[in-house]
Amino acid sequence: MFLHRYLGKAARRWPDNVAVEEAGGSSISYRELDLLSDRLRDRLVHMGVRRGDRLGFWIRKSIDAVATILGALKAGAAYVPVDPTAPPARNGYILADCAVAAAVVESRFKDSLLAELATHGARPRVLVIGGSGGGVHLRAALDEEDRLAAVPAVETAEPSPDDLAYILYTSGSTGKPKGVVLTHRNAVSFVEWCAETFAPSSGDRFSSHAPFHFDLSILDIYTPMTRGATLVLFGEEVGKNPRELAKLIADTGISVWYSAPSTLSLIAQFGQIERRSYPRLRLVLFAGEVFPATHLRSLVKQWPHPRYFNLYGPTETNVCTWYEVPTPVAEECTEPMPIGRTCPHLESVVVDVDGRPVPKGTEGELCVRGANVTSGYWNLPALSGNAFIAVGEPPTYYRTGDIVVEQPDGNLRYLGRRDRMIKKRGFRVELGEIEACLYRHPEVREVAVTALPDERLGMKVHAHIACRHGGKLSLIELKSFCSERIPTYMIPDVFSFHATLPKTSTDKTDYQALKAMG
Amino acid sequence: MSQQNPAMEAVKSYILEEFLQGEDASELTASTPLMSTGILDSIATLKLIMFLEDEFGVQIEAHEVGEEHLNTLDAICRLIESKR
Repeated sequence: MFLHRYLGKAARRWPDNVAVEEAGGSSISYRELDLLSDRLRDRLVHMGVRRGDRLGFWIRKSIDAVATILGALKAGAAYVPVDPTAPPARNGYILADCAVAAAVVESRFKDSLLAELATHGARPRVLVIGGSGGGVHLRAALDEEDRLAAVPAVETAEPSPDDLAYILYTSGSTGKPKGVVLTHRNAVSFVEWCAETFAPSSGDRFSSHAPFHFDLSILDIYTPMTRGATLVLFGEEVGKNPRELAKLIADTGISVWYSAPSTLSLIAQFGQIERRSYPRLRLVLFAGEVFPATHLRSLVKQWPHPRYFNLYGPTETNVCTWYEVPTPVAEECTEPMPIGRTCPHLESVVVDVDGRPVPKGTEGELCVRGANVTSGYWNLPALSGNAFIAVGEPPTYYRTGDIVVEQPDGNLRYLGRRDRMIKKRGFRVELGEIEACLYRHPEVREVAVTALPDERLGMKVHAHIACRHGGKLSLIELKSFCSERIPTYMIPDVFSFHATLPKTSTDKTDYQALKAMG
Repeated sequence: MSQQNPAMEAVKSYILEEFLQGEDASELTASTPLMSTGILDSIATLKLIMFLEDEFGVQIEAHEVGEEHLNTLDAICRLIESKR
């Protein structure tokens, strides 16, 4: 079984069903999506893309982007999405790091991307599309290429389960993003679990709110495809706008919503939900960070009828535990919801600092193994090796880095991290990556970044800086500097300036003292 | 940019006070990017909209909430101007 077989089946069984719709805009049927991705497959193979290669793309959320994903898979390549809103320096690094054979790029991003790729000595073949939306831009680019030189139709690749299907880059503590590699086996086992658990029907309308470089997109894209349901795309421009989101969820008749809790918190607070009705909404899924109980309770009061699920898992495992939230949420509940039980196709164990299983009810690090779980990071053998742990007999378990405890009822509860990674708006952020970025600023002598829970922001990221020449730097200048190097969600919320940073007795930065400053 | 524009001055002091405490006022110009630099995050953007609606008696539509209309003081003032 491989991932794009879902499309082939849907196109035969439900050819006229709407496969993908852009919220408030164009749509495409399964038959048309199959044909458009076939055409891209043929073009990519002609451009030299082979089974086992990587195909990068820098396209905003659109039918064009979905067709690109499927075209890449049909050519036998693994797809590598980059954050359409991230700076060219980061996206160029990512596509050079995994040595993409080719890339599909919107014309507005082409020049800056090619310049960045050239600094890494990378020169992939590039298919430029004029824009994104409706699939028309991809189709127009293929028409134009065909006019210059038609290409023969080739067979759709039938990858082995261990071939890579996609690589998703997440924040890396050394300052460089790292690529989590996922195979067809990993992806298909997850999609099968989703199809069984959430029982989609062809009348369902799934939201796609998370960007495609985020692992939530896997559930979004492929679960509806298993039953000929519709995927409704929410573009980057409405993604953070709760009023517009609440309106579009009603207008487009979403039946299955999936996003990070921060988006749902904003909808609960600012979405003006009471102005519209949501009769079709049957499932609200959330993942990626802790959902504060106050906002979840408020949301459930306003949307009382759907079922709510807390899904948990890092990109390396996708969802590995799940919990159905009992509704309504009790007034006295102030703790976040548990992350629940391990999915039946995976195994988990909770270990102490020495890697030994802890007794039930004792806190420890959650480790996971099974068909969903990555084999490691692209081209980072040492890091990949450290990501796994043998508990008793091999095979090994992936170490999530998350500290959990099993409750008496068997549900796991998330307690925190064992390292310096945090979640911001559902995204993974390594505080070390922010420090590495700020160290590149010529006026910065020393920097330490901390994060503290915050009612308003979820996590408040605080950069403590000691300048080379003392004094302060302009906040605007610093934020602009960051915005050219790291994604917006990583830019610190607060900057403060110190003559020197506090040190521990061993002369290391004293993060505890900095955290105490707030 | 006209520094005398009273709307511009009102929006500028609101942003400096709410989201850029301690910043030198001269650093925030009419063309300083606000959304793409994260100076206005999603919640700050919502607070700014409420401020604009109250201060200027205008209604800002959902589709207007984005970089096109809110990324700079200039753009914000143009948006308000178009509604008055």
